[in-house]
Order: sequence, then C-alpha cells, then structure tokens
Amino acid sequence: MAKDLVKALSDLKEQEVVKIVEERLKAKEDPLKILEDARKGMEVVGKRFASSEYFIPDLVYSGEILKSVTELVKPKLTKETETKKLGKVVLGTVAGDIHDIGKDIVVFMLDVNGFEVHDLGVDVPPQKFVEKIKETGAPIVGLSGFLTLAFDSMKQTVEAIKAAGLRDKVKVMIGGGQITDEVTRYTSADAYGKDAVAGVALAKKWAGVK
Amino acid sequence: MEKQWEEMSSDEKQEALFARWMSPKDPQGNDLKFQSPQAQKAYKERITRIKDAIQMKKLPDRVPVFVIPSFFPVYNAGFTPQEAMYDYDKCSMAFKKLVADFAPDAQIGAVAPGPARVYDILDYKLYSWPGHRVSPDQSYQANEGEYMKAYEYDALIDDPSNFFSSTYLPRVFGALEGFKMLPTLTSILEIYGVAFNFIPFGLPPVQATYKALFEAGAEALKWAGAIGACNMEINAAGFPGLWAGFTKAPFDVIGDTLRGTRGVMLDMYRQPDKLIKAMERLTPIMIKMGVGAAKMNGQPAVFIPLHKGADGFMSDEQFKKFYWPTLREVMMGLIAEGAVPNPAAEGKWTTRLEVMQDLPKGKTLWMIDQSDIAKTKKTVGAIGCLYGNVPSALLALGTPQEVKDYVKKCIDVAGKGGGYIVSNGAFFDHAKTENVKAMVEFAKEYGTYK
Repeated sequence: MAKDLVKALSDLKEQEVVKIVEERLKAKEDPLKILEDARKGMEVVGKRFASSEYFIPDLVYSGEILKSVTELVKPKLTKETETKKLGKVVLGTVAGDIHDIGKDIVVFMLDVNGFEVHDLGVDVPPQKFVEKIKETGAPIVGLSGFLTLAFDSMKQTVEAIKAAGLRDKVKVMIGGGQITDEVTRYTSADAYGKDAVAGVALAKKWAGVK
Repeated sequence: MEKQWEEMSSDEKQEALFARWMSPKDPQGNDLKFQSPQAQKAYKERITRIKDAIQMKKLPDRVPVFVIPSFFPVYNAGFTPQEAMYDYDKCSMAFKKLVADFAPDAQIGAVAPGPARVYDILDYKLYSWPGHRVSPDQSYQANEGEYMKAYEYDALIDDPSNFFSSTYLPRVFGALEGFKMLPTLTSILEIYGVAFNFIPFGLPPVQATYKALFEAGAEALKWAGAIGACNMEINAAGFPGLWAGFTKAPFDVIGDTLRGTRGVMLDMYRQPDKLIKAMERLTPIMIKMGVGAAKMNGQPAVFIPLHKGADGFMSDEQFKKFYWPTLREVMMGLIAEGAVPNPAAEGKWTTRLEVMQDLPKGKTLWMIDQSDIAKTKKTVGAIGCLYGNVPSALLALGTPQEVKDYVKKCIDVAGKGGGYIVSNGAFFDHAKTENVKAMVEFAKEYGTYK
C-alpha cells in the first residue's frame, strides 16, 4: 500500500506526494481516485487554514503541489471528473483595483470547500459581473477591493446588478483590507467577510449548507 | 570643538539629526528663510513635539497629529492623479493646500505621486499609473511578478548590484533592455580590461538605453526642482517634512519587488536557506539606503513600509524565522546611526507585536493601521512611539462626530504617558474633507497634556 496521499498533501510534503502519485499511476490505479484523494488533501489544507494552523504561504504551496499532481495525472485521464458542487459563486476585484492576493485566497477557500467559483480576475467593470451572473445563474457574488476607491466601485457594481433586475436573485458579499460594516452599508452589499474563512461561512449560509 | 560623526554615540547621532531637522537649509546651504517668525516658531514647536513623542523621555505639550495620505491631497485640490503625476505645478498646489487646509504637525511633502513622464520614458512595468493601465482618476498600483526567477538566488547573493543592473532593471524597465549587454564593471581592470569591456557601450541597443536614461534623468531633475521648491515652501510655512527617505524589510524586497508574493512563499518551502541568505545579503544594503537618506537630508525618520509580515500572511513561526530577524537588523542598523526607523504596519499586525517589541526604547516610530491599539500600546508602544489607527473607511464614510469619538478613544488608550501621535492608519486616497479636519482639530483640542 502506497503511503497516504491525503496525509502527504495536507502535510505539504511535495516530494512524497509526487512519489506516491507516480507509484499509484504505475500500478495502473484509476486516476480519478488519485484526484479524489488530492481533493480530500486540499480540503484538510482549507480546514487547517480556517483554524489558523496554516497561513497564506501554506495555501500557495499546497496549490503548487496540487498543480504537479494534476500534471502527472492528466495524461492518464480518459473522462472528466464530475464532482457535485455546493453552489456557484461569481467573484472578482472591482473596477479600478488590481489587487489580487486577498481575492485569490477567497477563491481558493471557496473552491476547496466545494463551491464552483467563477473568478473574473482584477479590475472588473460592473457590467462584467452582471454578464457572468446572468450566464452562470450564480446566487452568490463576491466583490473584492483593497483601495478606498473600491468602495465606490463596489457600490456601482451592486447598483448595476440592481439595474439588471438581478438584485433579489443574488447575495453580495464584499471583502478587502479596509472594509468595515460602514462600507457594507455604503455599498448596499448584503454582508462583508473580514477574511476568507468568514467569506466561506457566508457563502455556506447563503447556499443553505450546514 | 564639535565631535566628529564617527566619535558620536547613537544617542548623540540621533540628537544631531534632530538638531539638523530643526534648522533646515535651502539648496544653497543657507538657513531656510521662513515665511514669518511665527512660521519658524511653529516649525520648531512641531518638531519638538514630535521629538518628545518619539524619544519618550518627557511629555510633549500635546499629542501631535499627522496626515499621511496617498492621493487624498490631489482629490482634495480637485485634480486627478493623472494631472498630479504629469503636471508638477498641480501636484505642488495640491500638497500645499493640504497643509493649508489641515495644519498637521508633520507632512510627507509632494513626492508621493512621482513623475509619470519618467515612467513613460523608461516603460516601467512594475507599476501601472493613471493613463497607463489604470484610469486617469485612480492612483498607481503595483504589478507583482516574478522579476527574479526561482533559480537566480545565487546571482543575487553573489553580487546584488550587478544582478539589479544586468537582470532586474531590464525586466522592469522596457527601455533598459540594453543593460543586459553591459559588462560587469569590476572586469574593467588594467589596460587590457579596458577595450573589450567598452565594446558593449558602442552597440545600438546599449546606446538606445543610455539615451532613454538621459531623457529620464533630465525629466527627473525637472520634477525634483519643482517638487523640491514646493517642499521647501511647505517647510517655510512652518510644517516639517516627516521622512528623510525610505528603506525596506529584506523579506519585502524579495517578496514585493523581486520574486512576488507567490514566489517568495514557495521559496519559504523549496529553498528557505537561499531565501534567508539573500535577505542577509540585502540587510546592510537596506541599512545604508536608510542611513544615507537620513544623513543627506539631515533628519532622522526613515520610512519602512511593511507588507508581507502582516497577520495572516504567514504563521508566527514563519514570521520569526523569515520576516523579523533581518527587519530587526535593518532597524538596529538605522538606530546605531542615529536614524529613527518608521515602520508602517498597514493592515493588522496584532499577532506580531510581542516579537516586534524587541527593540531599544525611544528609537522608533510606528505607523499603526488596524492592529489592536490597546495591545499595541502595551507591547510595541512600550518601546516606541505610535501613530495612526484612525481607519480609512471612517475617514471616507463616517461623520465628523464619529471621527472625533474615535480619536478620543485613541488618545485615551494610546496617548497616556506620551508616545502617541494621532493620524490616519493607512495611506488613503478618498476621504471627506470635514472628517480629516475633525481628526486634526480634535487631536489639537483634546490632546493637550496637562
């Protein structure tokens, strides 16, 4: 029996992970099973981040390890993996702001917690949020921003969602370095998450997950 | 006879820098002519107040107050960041208006917007500025990237200066491509080292690079003339400039500028020894940078923007291993030469406070953003002077009364026994004028020590 992939990945043992995956592929194991273990490992990483055992460097590193797992497994895949998702989230850094670190962490955490995340990137104009909400039917929207100018961009984005007749179909959360309850009121968002973990909690609440 | 710099203790050096700050010179080296005797008096009172707060030996007459903005003065004057970055007169007007409107005890001059034309000429890639990848009414923002590759640590450690000129600079400045072809200058030895090593300077790409450098240099000089005159006028009106210059935490040099956040975080796992060695190599360079600015400009405070050591960015163990040791060494190096390190702890640093209080008393000045103010006062505030903690969101969206209530709380908690300065906690672009006014005026009214 090969060493435990879930454990090796969640403990961030890169070389061990690669070795295990190579051995399992050599043994002609179903690549989907390997990916499933990797997913479980990432879930543990997310939990450790939520309990402040892991921090951003650990998330970034786990993402890198996962990337090498996927690269090893991909050529052997015959069909796409289908995992059931908790719900869709449209997320991006608002217009005028190009900061991505905070947004990327939220994307990562939502992803490992089972959400289907549509990441629009940075400096996203309000209309692009609206289009993506329409296209995906996502009930949850996340607006990220680091600068004080983001307050206005967030406000305008919520207004654009409203003007498109979608405001009662989505819940909007905001987040970023200088965000407070005051900013939430100003932007007419539904709530703000003080960090990625709070963001996941909000998404779960809104998606009706316990 | 006056003591030579080399013979002075670090305390004496700090006193000497404060004394020079107190008696500013004009570019010709003569005593600066103040606008009025009152302006001169106010200038000296302001520095005395700040000095007392920093040294923590006696109470200042009142809690000092700073306004430390990003592009706020520009918006406050009705200009766009693009105008301020291309039109040095407009930039000067904006920053002069800031001190006229708010009369803070210290200000940071008009240098922050910087000369956009220089960045245009050099095709600067590390930043986007108004009109270049961000809209004209927004501030410049950094574009992180892997400007140094994971395998290039040895080259950096081996010769940082040469790594910057031959590898880093051509990557972040499109116009400096020609630097890649330059020889290592230390190869120019003896008569036979001359001719071969000068060949690159004859090549068209290198000559094009130098042409861009001359152009950028001429523009930078023009900017320095305009902004320097503006800063001097602000001083002459009685408002001291806070910073002699800046330096950085070695971890941030690598994480912000060279490897990017993702890169440096992977290096913490994949090549921790090289990362640490590179930071140690950069430490004396960062000390020299800060001390050089303090001595050249004749004032003690050296700004150190702190970034990737904030709460959440790494674990406490990682902070103690990677972030703090070389940052502390940089700060100690500045202190030894009489400078006053001014780390700006934007965001939250609450979990780092206990580690960061390991510094001598009365030698540092800290910009505090969202760290818990009571806990900060008990830890870092026991050895160094704090300023800040008034939130950007409150200044942008709150009411003057809410600002006053907040400032009162700050003074009550952190002002006790001195060592606190009222200020915004993060570099801000947008705020209501009446809120900034409320912050300054209430600090002056409520902050008097009896």
